[in-house]
Amino acid sequence: MSAPTTFRFCARLVRRQLVLAVRRPLEIGNPLLFFAMVVALFPLGLGPAPDQLARFAPGILWIIALLANLLSSDAVFRSDFDDGSLEQLLLAPQPLYAAALSYIFAHWLITGVLLALVSPLFAGMLGLPGNAMLTLALSLLLGSGVLSLIGGIGASLTVGLKRGGMLISLLILPFYMPVLIFGSAAVQAAVTGADAGPYLAILGAMLSLAIALAPLAIAAGLRISVDA
Amino acid sequence: MSSATAGETLLAAQSLSLERGGRQLFDGLSFAVRAGQLIQVDGANGAGKTSLLRILAGLSRYGFEGNITRQSSLLYLGHQAGVKQLLTPRENLAWHAAGEGEYANADIEQALAHVGLTGYEDVSSHTLSAGQHRRVNLARLYLSSSPLWLLDEPFAAIDQKGVAELERLMVKHVSAGGAVIITSHQSLQVSYPLSRLSLSAGLQ
Repeated sequence: MSAPTTFRFCARLVRRQLVLAVRRPLEIGNPLLFFAMVVALFPLGLGPAPDQLARFAPGILWIIALLANLLSSDAVFRSDFDDGSLEQLLLAPQPLYAAALSYIFAHWLITGVLLALVSPLFAGMLGLPGNAMLTLALSLLLGSGVLSLIGGIGASLTVGLKRGGMLISLLILPFYMPVLIFGSAAVQAAVTGADAGPYLAILGAMLSLAIALAPLAIAAGLRISVDA
Repeated sequence: MSSATAGETLLAAQSLSLERGGRQLFDGLSFAVRAGQLIQVDGANGAGKTSLLRILAGLSRYGFEGNITRQSSLLYLGHQAGVKQLLTPRENLAWHAAGEGEYANADIEQALAHVGLTGYEDVSSHTLSAGQHRRVNLARLYLSSSPLWLLDEPFAAIDQKGVAELERLMVKHVSAGGAVIITSHQSLQVSYPLSRLSLSAGLQ
């Protein structure tokens, strides 16, 4: 009996993570609930004037998406660290780079992709013009991938700490900034009728870079955390 | 069960030294593990048995001196069961993070039957007891194709019948050309030459 190929092993890990998430629906629902709550609060704080809300909507939506991602990234490796699965993952014959990427991919599917899919609904609550909806969903789809990958680095470094939540924010928030800037700029451009393509292309480039490099950092972080 | 031929070196350690909290746990420890060896690591609590096993497995990479040469794939069972509460025992084995192999359903059922978990294959693991969790983990031994097993306190929370069964399994594994390194405070009741690894004096 030989070890599964890297691809099959990764598919197995993704499936495992998704099944685990579905069996704990709160974990999937939490970021969405957070998103809905904060979106509902903004009209109360800023005043309900539709044109004013619409003007701030791109920035607001992107900041909430970023915070929702930040809140959930702490948990990516937590339970596997606690029950010893992470040790076993490090000993697997398949490259840890690929395994780390699968964990992040699963995390992206249940946070970023889901958020991007329902984002037009929340955008409607803030009065974002209809022609910017598609750009919002696309920018969130690309950007949340980068956020998940960067969040994974923070998670891998802090997984051994009892209270890593605050530290992870300090560690990765600076790296979230470029994503926020270009993500909200893309939506802003779409609102004003300008071409959002260049911004989306830059987000795509960030995502490619993060896919290539972040798993290396995550793998190293996990080795250090398990070793300590 | 294993592809190693008898006498072949599966793992070699050269002059391992480890210091923890100002105490020298072992110093200049060298030994080779050959196929067919059943090795029990001796030492009191805190002597460094778990640390040694983690170093041998490759989980500890820093903070010690010396070299490890691994010639074969290995299976490491640590203190934590590595069993996901939200998955059933069957899923836990089929999707195990160790990535050792792809098991057929029948093989998994057989392995779970060996550890006395027939009928529990598809119940959620959080309804199982601590001992049953460890048994799910031990079922991996029946599925494993790795020649070298590193077992850290495998008898913890296991009843007498389970211990006897596990001892039989280890003898079967080393007879077939595998090797086992085990830490345990119980003395093994096996009909097989048992080597002892002392953290101060090396392999005897």
